[in-house]
Amino acid sequence: MSGHGPPPVPTGERRADGGPPPGRRAGRPDGPRRTRAGRPAAGVLKEIDPTKAVYVALAATLLGGWLLVAIDGGDFLTTETIVGIQQRSAALGIVAVGQTLAILAGSLDLSVAYLISLSSLVAAEVMAGRDGAILPAVGAVLAVSALVGLVNGTLITRLRVHAFIATLGTALILRGVIDHFYDGPAGSVPVSFQSLGYDRIGPVPVAALLWAAVAVAAWVLLRRTRTGHRIYAVGGDPEVARLSGVRTGRVVVLTHVLCSVCAGIAGLLLAARLGAGAPTVGTDGGYDLESIAAVVLGGTALAGGRGGVAGTVGGVLLLAVLDSVFNQLEVNSFFKDVVRGVVIVAAVAVYALRGRKRRAA
Amino acid sequence: MKRTIPILVVLAALLAAMAVVNPFFLEPAGFLAFVKRAAPLVILAAGQYFVIVSGEFDLSVGSLVTVEVVVAARLIDGQESATWWVLLLLVAIGALVGLVNGLVTTLLSVPSFITTLGMLLILSGAVFLWTGGAPRGALSQAFRVFGRGDLGPVPWSVVILVVVAAAAVLLMRADFGKRLMATGDNDRAAALSGVRVARTRILAFVLSGLAAAVAGILLGGFAGVSAQVGQGLEFSAITAVVLGGVVLGGGRGSVVAAMAGAFSLEALFALLNLYGISGPLEYTVQGVIIIAAVAAGAAQFPSRLRAST
Repeated sequence: MSGHGPPPVPTGERRADGGPPPGRRAGRPDGPRRTRAGRPAAGVLKEIDPTKAVYVALAATLLGGWLLVAIDGGDFLTTETIVGIQQRSAALGIVAVGQTLAILAGSLDLSVAYLISLSSLVAAEVMAGRDGAILPAVGAVLAVSALVGLVNGTLITRLRVHAFIATLGTALILRGVIDHFYDGPAGSVPVSFQSLGYDRIGPVPVAALLWAAVAVAAWVLLRRTRTGHRIYAVGGDPEVARLSGVRTGRVVVLTHVLCSVCAGIAGLLLAARLGAGAPTVGTDGGYDLESIAAVVLGGTALAGGRGGVAGTVGGVLLLAVLDSVFNQLEVNSFFKDVVRGVVIVAAVAVYALRGRKRRAA
Repeated sequence: MKRTIPILVVLAALLAAMAVVNPFFLEPAGFLAFVKRAAPLVILAAGQYFVIVSGEFDLSVGSLVTVEVVVAARLIDGQESATWWVLLLLVAIGALVGLVNGLVTTLLSVPSFITTLGMLLILSGAVFLWTGGAPRGALSQAFRVFGRGDLGPVPWSVVILVVVAAAAVLLMRADFGKRLMATGDNDRAAALSGVRVARTRILAFVLSGLAAAVAGILLGGFAGVSAQVGQGLEFSAITAVVLGGVVLGGGRGSVVAAMAGAFSLEALFALLNLYGISGPLEYTVQGVIIIAAVAAGAAQFPSRLRAST
C-alpha cells in the first residue's frame, strides 16, 4: 500500500479498467490504434468516444430543444437563452473542472458544496461592501479553500482515509461551522465586484469567461505538463505510478487543493451574483453530487485515469441546456430531476457498454 | 471477527457514558427508548452493509425512505382499511428500487455510485411530481403503531429490529453471505469459482431497498410525514457501516459490526445532546469522529487493508 487512498470505486473488475497511460488499458492487447482518450486514431471513429458522445448529445439536445420550443410557439435560441445557459452553468462548470482533476487522480470530493457556501461567506464578510477589500477577500477565499483541499488530500494520503469518508467528514465539519455562525445571508459585496456576476461582453457573460479560463488552465495542466500526466498515471494505477517513481501522495494532494480552489472561485462568483454571502448557496445548488454527475456525464471514469476537462465542459453544458429547455417549456421542476437522473445513468451505461465491447474485441 | 471488537468497545464506552450522564438510561424503559430511536438507522445500516460488502454503494436509500413515507401518507390518507395493502406495496417498492439499482449496476456496468445517484434524483423528483410538491394525506393509526406503538413492554420497532438483525446475521452465515463476501473481495476470483456475481450483487441491492422500506415504515410512524424524513440518511447509513470497520470496496467486515456502528452513531448523537452540544456543532463533531475512526482503523490494521487491485 503506497501513500495514496484506496480506490474510490470499489470493484476490482472496474479498477482494472484504468490503464496506466491515459486512456489506454493495462494488460489488454489494445494495439497501437487506440490512442489517448479523446483522440482516436483514424478508422476507429465508429467506436463511441465519451468526449465526442457528450458533444453529439449536446448538439442533439440543442436541436431537440429548439424544435420542441418552436412547436410550443417559442423561440429557443435567443440571446437571452444563450446568456442564461452560460450563466447557469458557470458556477457548476468551475466546480466540475476542479472535480475532474480529483476524479482523474482516482479520488473524489464531496465537500465542495459546503466549501462554496463558506467561500461566499468569507468573500462577503471580508469585503463588507468596500471596494478596497476585494483583493484581500479574494486572497482569503483562495487561502481558505486551498487549506481545505490540503486537509482533504492529507487525510486521504497520509491517514489513508477513503476519499468518500474523508471529504464527507470535511463536509460535515464545514457544515457545523457554517450553521453555527450563520443562519442567513451575511456580509456584502461591493457593486464593482458584483459585475463579475452580471456583466457581459456581447453575448458572453464575464462568469462564462472565468469558467473558460479555469477550464483552459486545467486542460493545459492535464495535457501539456508533467504533473498532468502524473495525475492520469496515479488515477490509472497508483501502484504502477508509484513504482515508476511518481510521488502518488503529492499528486493526490495537489488535485484536492486545485479542486477546492475551484470551489472557492465558484463561491466568489456566487457571492458576486447574490451580493452577499449565503450559508446555503452551495447545498441548495447541490454542487457536490451534481459536479460529480457532470464529470461522469462528460465521460471521465469514476475510477480515475481516463477522461478529461473537455468532456466535463460538455457535460455541464448538456445539463444547463436541458434545464433551459425545461424552463422554456415550463416543465415541472421535479420532472427535471427525474430526467436528469435518467440522462446521467443512461449516458454512463452507454460509455460502459462501449468499454465492454472493447474488452470483448 | 477481530474487526468487530473495536466498534463493540466503542459502543460499550458510549453506552456507559450515557448511563453516567443520564441514569434513566439504565432502566429498561430508557434503554428501549434509545433502541427504538436508533432502529431505523440500524436497519438501514444492515441493508447498506450488504451493498458495501459486495463492493458497491447505495446512495438512493435516503430518498427511498422519503418516497416510502410520502407514498404511504398519500395512499392511506387516514383510512385504516388501506393500511395492509399499502404496507405490502411499500415493501414491493423497496424491492423494486433495489432490483433496478442492481440490474443497472451489474448488467449495464454503470458504477453503483452513479446508478444510485441517478436513482436518488429520479425518486425525489418522481415522488414530488406525483404529490405536487408537498406531502399530502395522513397515515393511519394501524400504520403508525410500527413506529411508535408497543407490543407489551417492548416497542414494535425494537421487535422488528431484532427480527431484521437476526435475518441479516443468518443471511451472512448462509451460502449467500459467503458468496457476497467473495464477490466483494475479488469478483473475478469469485466468478471463476462459480459464484454468480451479478445475481449476488442484485440481491444485495434488493436487500438494501427492503431495509429502506422497513426503515421508512418505522420512521413514518415515529417521526411523521415530511418531505425531509429521509434527507441525508444515505450518508448516515454509509458512515455507520464504515464506523463498524466495514471497508469501502468490499469483502471485509461483519454485519453485526455495521449495526453496532449505527448504534454508536445514534449513541454519539444522544450523548452530544446530553452534554448540551446540540444543533450545528453536532455535525462538526460527527465529521471529526468519522475521520478519526476510519483513520484509526487504517492505522491499526495496515496489513489488512485491501491492496489496490
